[in-house]
Amino acid sequence: MSVLAQSLAGGGIVLPILDGPLQLSPEIASRAQFGWTISVHILFAALSIGLAPFIVYFTWKSVRTDDERFERLRSFWIKVFAAGFVMGTVTGIPMSFQFGTNFPQFSSVAGEMIGGPLAFEAKMAFFLEAVFLGVLLFGRERVSDRTYVLSSVLVGFGAWLSGFWILVVNSWMQTPRGYEMVPEMVMGQQMEVAKLTDPIAAFFNPRMTWMYVHMINASVIAVALLVAGVSAYIVWKKRDSEAWNTALKFAVLILLVSAPLQAIHGDAYGRHVEDTQPQKFAAMEAHYETGTADLHLFAVPKSPDALTDPRAENLFTISLPRVGSFLASGGDFDAEVLGLNEYEENPPVALVFWSFRIMVGLGFLFIGLALWGGYLMYRDRLSDSTRYLKAMIVASPLGYAALLTGWYVTEIGRQPWVIQDELTTSEAVSSTLSGGEATLTLVGFLVIYGALVLVALYILRWLIQDELRELGVKESAGDRWYGPIPGVSDDD
Amino acid sequence: MTELLLPVDSYLVEPLPEIWFGLVMFALTMYIVLDGFDFGIGMLYATQDNDHDRETLLSAFGPVWDANEVWVIAFGTMTLAAFPDVYSRLLSEHYLLALGFVLALLFRGLGPELREQRDDERWQRYCDYSFIGGSLFAPLLFGMIAGRWVFDAATLSLPTLLTGIGLVAVSVVTGAAFLAAKTGPSLAGEMRDYGIIATLAYLGGVVALLAVVVVTDAGGHAGTVLSIPGAAIVVLSAGAGLGGIVLAGRGEYRAWLATALALPVLLSLLVALLLYPTIYPPTGLTVQEAVVSPLALNLTTVLGVPVLFVVLWYFKFLYGVFSGPLEGEGYGA
Repeated sequence: MSVLAQSLAGGGIVLPILDGPLQLSPEIASRAQFGWTISVHILFAALSIGLAPFIVYFTWKSVRTDDERFERLRSFWIKVFAAGFVMGTVTGIPMSFQFGTNFPQFSSVAGEMIGGPLAFEAKMAFFLEAVFLGVLLFGRERVSDRTYVLSSVLVGFGAWLSGFWILVVNSWMQTPRGYEMVPEMVMGQQMEVAKLTDPIAAFFNPRMTWMYVHMINASVIAVALLVAGVSAYIVWKKRDSEAWNTALKFAVLILLVSAPLQAIHGDAYGRHVEDTQPQKFAAMEAHYETGTADLHLFAVPKSPDALTDPRAENLFTISLPRVGSFLASGGDFDAEVLGLNEYEENPPVALVFWSFRIMVGLGFLFIGLALWGGYLMYRDRLSDSTRYLKAMIVASPLGYAALLTGWYVTEIGRQPWVIQDELTTSEAVSSTLSGGEATLTLVGFLVIYGALVLVALYILRWLIQDELRELGVKESAGDRWYGPIPGVSDDD
Repeated sequence: MTELLLPVDSYLVEPLPEIWFGLVMFALTMYIVLDGFDFGIGMLYATQDNDHDRETLLSAFGPVWDANEVWVIAFGTMTLAAFPDVYSRLLSEHYLLALGFVLALLFRGLGPELREQRDDERWQRYCDYSFIGGSLFAPLLFGMIAGRWVFDAATLSLPTLLTGIGLVAVSVVTGAAFLAAKTGPSLAGEMRDYGIIATLAYLGGVVALLAVVVVTDAGGHAGTVLSIPGAAIVVLSAGAGLGGIVLAGRGEYRAWLATALALPVLLSLLVALLLYPTIYPPTGLTVQEAVVSPLALNLTTVLGVPVLFVVLWYFKFLYGVFSGPLEGEGYGA
């Protein structure tokens, strides 16, 4: 029997190329696959969420004022939104199917808790977004102005509502409430299954609102930086482009509100994490011994090895003694913070520690960029400052870096649990999955989703090039842009 | 605990588990009807080499495919919400088929979107391959999963393969009828010819499948196929298929579309008939055994079912906005 036939027949597969050490265990391959697919999917999901206010504003202004500036911006960003939405849909379906394909035990154990919210997401949010996006993209000549603007609002509302239901599920996995565990047969195995007892407590679990505000705001910041970066690039190329000067100002205004809000909210969110998931909090600071905790304000590894040192000891750090305790307790420098030594098994600490540092560091950078932009706007010099335009071009992907590292803190920081204190990730993985199957699909997802990210970047590049052509900017060899981040020269 | 308005220890109405089995089957039906004709359009796209006609096909599909595709997510999440063990088994026990299906959906969805981004001929050709290939493999693999699920058969067995091929054929029928009803005379005539061939292939495939099931008693379903409801579905399918051929021959394309859409509805009814009262034949798991506890199902009913009606209204609105003949508007913003 051929390899394909054998695998299709469900007999587990033998992969000559991926045999031996290259063939991962079903658990490792499934975790890597889910982590990778969600990392890619989240880029597009956040694009929909963050772009929604821009789309609504540009559409409303364009329809109401017939101003060419807003029509140009509407047309451009709707194309980006549409491409992102398609990418979000096509990357989201395989991702959500993995609850069943790779983590069926999780689906069975938690099905009663997560199934409802996921079904509500599809019915209340996803349909709304998909149906009215069709109208928004293809229906300009077929519906009234009012219906057209309303369609943009409904698409945006759908994106934000979709985030709500997804975070109901995810926050429940972080701080599960409103259920009881009952022994039951799950896929032929005796397991404890979560039975819903209190939907309000389950949906509005302690983490829900924290996570929703933080995630939605992170998406808004990421997209505001993207819009600002694209606008800055076009303004840099053509200073008198009124539309793109307007877009740049609007993006900076949004950053001025959202970036400081994220820091204030993040600080309070940290205390909440310490209260509800002390193990994750300890991993964020690589804090092992229970006692007072310092705050590592800044850390740089002394050697490449130190980067993966789980105890994060071999670092140059600027630390504030006992400030970790102060922040965790909300005002007490002597407060005791639980250390990782209290637990039998910990998350990959180095990964959580560095992800957290990158997220926080970038967050402060964004505040700096917002304030700088605000000052330039106040002096009416926003588009005159080449230095600022270049800074915003370089910063355009960094919002996404902050979003992803934040997500890693949340998800990797919860390990070894998939449902905090109830179900471990290793218990959740499929028992019928072979290492070969899991490795094969992991490789497939790595290649295909990697290609999708590149394609998405190229689409954005093509749209920008078209826009520049329409604005009458000629591309010279020296200005040619070879990658997703434009090469910035000092020639002007 | 928060005070609850819903009963915790009993279902809102006694047959609620059966109603949810019906709702899950309804979502499945909506999916194979609506995304089915999208798949059909994708496969028929391969028959066109004229750029204008290709653009016409894409514009028939452009405004609605995304919304149509959400029905597969609705089907999946409704199954998870009401019958989590079935969702888990359905996907984990058909691992490569399920992931192959979603990857086919991915290629189908990306093809037209990416095609519009560049005028480069080679780029567009690859995007077309992605669209056509995805449109062929998605229904084939989805049908094969359904075949394995319903008939408890191996992947490369006749019942499984014939179910997959049947879904491909019925998708071509509905895609052709949809295009015939939406396009001008020359393209409509061409679609009629493809539609008639696909209808005959579909009916032949269904007869072959049911003959195999009766002879081998696949999944223990021989008796159900030969029962009155089973026979009624077969007769109605033959009537809708052959009636559709007559209507297509007369050029009554809208009426043909109505009969064509009846075919996947009847196919879905057949699936429901063969499954019930079990919902996962390989394990003998019944609807009653697989359903979630009363509070969870009551809540999902109260919050989710009214929304389904709103969703159906959206679809009426969407199809209303884009009703009428196509003018080759192309795909894109």
